[in-house]
Amino acid sequence: MNEQQHLDSLHDIKRIMERSTRFMSLSGLGGVGAGISALIGAFFAWKLLEGETRSSRAEGLGSYGAPADNLLVLQLLLIAGAVLVAALGTGFFFTWRKAQAQGLPVWDASARKVTYNLAIPLFAGGLFIAGLLYNGYAGLAAPACLVFYGLALVNASKYTVTDIRYLGYAEILIGILALFNLYNGLFFWALGFGVMHIFYGALMWWKYERNPAA
Amino acid sequence: MNPIGNLNKIFESRIRLGVMSVLMVNVNEEVSFNDLKEVLEVTDGNLASHLSTLEENAYIKVHKGFIGRKTNTTYSITKAGEKAFKGHLAALEAMIKFNQ
Repeated sequence: MNEQQHLDSLHDIKRIMERSTRFMSLSGLGGVGAGISALIGAFFAWKLLEGETRSSRAEGLGSYGAPADNLLVLQLLLIAGAVLVAALGTGFFFTWRKAQAQGLPVWDASARKVTYNLAIPLFAGGLFIAGLLYNGYAGLAAPACLVFYGLALVNASKYTVTDIRYLGYAEILIGILALFNLYNGLFFWALGFGVMHIFYGALMWWKYERNPAA
Repeated sequence: MNPIGNLNKIFESRIRLGVMSVLMVNVNEEVSFNDLKEVLEVTDGNLASHLSTLEENAYIKVHKGFIGRKTNTTYSITKAGEKAFKGHLAALEAMIKFNQ
């Protein structure tokens, strides 16, 4: 065995260790797609809230950012659901495409670990938000979304591209800021889920995917 | 000192080295035969023969279980295996430094 062979085996070890613990096919373009979906959703929600404020002002009651009636909450939930489906859809599509290009399986042990570790905080967060809505605290939903999503990213970052951890920190921070600015909940939601996804997605694409040979 | 002496003959096979790498980062966890096959991109027979070599040397432990009616064989690294793998890495490092 010569030196080159030793270097090769070290390279193999490093690659295999990484592959068996980290899911590296996560696509930056998927993040950009998810961010765009979120911004479109936020725009519709804003239109909806805007209209609502005008009509309730005309009647001389209600305040902006504190949707009280069930119809409005239902409409907002529908928008949120559509955003979730669109965001997950584009995310999965681009990740699947990247895995195909790399010749790697999409659903391997590392992908399962990422999913599992994302799912724990997200599931807890989903139920927490359902509880908030149930108790009439709809205004707290946006900050709670951001904080739990951030925690989920930090938790899953051990098993995928490490940069995700910083996106997680950013989401937590934005969520906390939103909590102290409840009347701008939608703005922070659009910043966290829209702008941050686009920014991070573009950054990851630039870093890892722009030049696939590297 | 001759650094080549410390290189472990058993890890000269890329597949055995690969198996050890996977199990090393999944210490305290059991990795299934299929997961190993997927990560290392090898055939059943090839992987099985290398796994039995590692088992004979007590570097890995085999656990036979069932998922429903299907057999589910999983593997984990032993203390001896960890020691041998770390020794091999140290020898590779020494080797490269020695040659520079």
